[in-house]
Amino acid sequence: MIFRGLVLVLLLIVWPEPGMPADKCKHRAEVVEIAAGIYVRPGKHAVVFDSEAVANIGFIVGNRCVAVIDTGGSYAEGQALRCTIRSVTAQPVCFVINTHAHPDHILGNPAFREPGVFYIGHANLARALALRGTVYLQRAAQQAGRPLGPEHIILPDLSVDGRLRLDLGERVLQLVAHSTAHSDNDLSVYDEKTATLWLSDLLFMEHIPVVDGNLRGWLTLLETLKDKPARRVVPGHGPVQAAWPDAASDTQRYLSTLRDETRERIARGDDLRQAQETVAYGERTRWQLFDSYHKRNIIAAYTELEWED
Amino acid sequence: MSYSLAENTRSWRRVCLLVAILAVSATVVAGSDEDSVWLGGLRAAYFGERPIVQSDDVIELEAPERAEDSAVVPIRIKARIPQTDERYIKTITLIIDMNPGQLAGRFHFTPKNGRADLGLRIRVNAYGPVRAIAETNDGKLFMSRRFVKASGGCSAAVGTDIEAAKRRLGKMKFKTDKPVLPGEPLAVQLRVSHPNLTGLQMDQVTRLYTTAHYLEKVTVSFEGQAVFSAETGFSLSENPSFRFYFVPDSAGELHAEVIDTEGLRFTGQYSVTPEE
Repeated sequence: MIFRGLVLVLLLIVWPEPGMPADKCKHRAEVVEIAAGIYVRPGKHAVVFDSEAVANIGFIVGNRCVAVIDTGGSYAEGQALRCTIRSVTAQPVCFVINTHAHPDHILGNPAFREPGVFYIGHANLARALALRGTVYLQRAAQQAGRPLGPEHIILPDLSVDGRLRLDLGERVLQLVAHSTAHSDNDLSVYDEKTATLWLSDLLFMEHIPVVDGNLRGWLTLLETLKDKPARRVVPGHGPVQAAWPDAASDTQRYLSTLRDETRERIARGDDLRQAQETVAYGERTRWQLFDSYHKRNIIAAYTELEWED
Repeated sequence: MSYSLAENTRSWRRVCLLVAILAVSATVVAGSDEDSVWLGGLRAAYFGERPIVQSDDVIELEAPERAEDSAVVPIRIKARIPQTDERYIKTITLIIDMNPGQLAGRFHFTPKNGRADLGLRIRVNAYGPVRAIAETNDGKLFMSRRFVKASGGCSAAVGTDIEAAKRRLGKMKFKTDKPVLPGEPLAVQLRVSHPNLTGLQMDQVTRLYTTAHYLEKVTVSFEGQAVFSAETGFSLSENPSFRFYFVPDSAGELHAEVIDTEGLRFTGQYSVTPEE
């Protein structure tokens, strides 16, 4: 009798809680609840792979379950976010939504992997991860100081091509897969309950916008998105929330200046080298990390716009 | 505490001399390290024992010291001698020591170019020398070399807008300087829409490498006469861009033809009308 009881007690001690990591959550992510049930972990502006916690990531809590929106730049970040979710709600994670394929948003994905969790992304996300995953893992391995195997790249279970509605339990999210803008696989999330529009890297504040898709497409999309009423937006980099559509103005100004000045250089016959030295430097004091990303943005703009008719 | 200016000057000179010696030795050591691939067999493979003069006086290579984007590194080769019937640059060979497949391209010129300038965008896979070797019509070789800090240009991902690239495959755009003066060298830019895939990008899902698909041959003629031609490889960036000169004597059509590794052939034309 006692022996059976002892075995039962031992089992209870040793049996791992479903989904609980072995280290039992030493670190939790600091989050801000920007609206009822919407939590954002702010990033710190730094060059990707040079630093941790660069992007704004977070989660939305429904009556039934939780949707994670981006998982950070490393397993540790994803783990920390997961621990925070555990401390905030008893509901399980049902969806991990990746807003796009950049490493500061997706490398925490493996921390959430378990039965019942569905990964969701733009229809082009899988291809982007397939093409870039190797390079991302190599760079992340350098940062981590140890090799990272291919299991660290998790492809979406559900691909969004157009729109998708998710119900987290009396909480409906509208997911929209956009045509090429910031990247070729941008997905936005709209929470109907609080009228919160999570734009991720379709919107940059403080941190210089990064052009990795189609400059004109991004500008066109921002104009369209400004017509969508929202009580607040969540940018991919910058404050945890901002007023809409006002928050779009800085990104729009940078992108349209980049576009207009690049067009002008192309028209007057400047080559790519000349354009890199002269385009849109008036924006330099308006953005953090300008020197880290601006010239690359010029290359992206120039190599796109030189194909205009 | 007094000191004489003379003493101070002497010790300063000594310091400068020491620094100079160290700098020279560092350059010599660094130079031989940097050129180890070239001297270790690359030079022999492409040029055998032929003497090569290292000089910027026949052609001068301009390249960024540090690349912003390793997959799109703009370079310029400036010709320092004009193309004349007596003396002209007939070939420029571009070699990127640390790229897989170091021969980035061979570019052919005639006196009709006026100037053998060349503008390109290249992929640079690792820190290392980029070399332009000009062969003049008398068979002499001259090399201009620059060290470029870049990495991953060949294995880096394909471009940012794959859909747009697919729709545009093979499309060509020409642009020339204005005004077009008859008998004067005219700068031409030819862009070809093409992914120019290296075959070195690994697909993370299948763990297989993307199939190489890149331009191999470019030929440009004006009114039926060859003006510019090249054998190229995957070290040219996506959407290969060529900037070169030719001398239009009359109005006419520039005609370009490219062939890629899939055997696909694309053509384009552009009318050139010199001012009266």
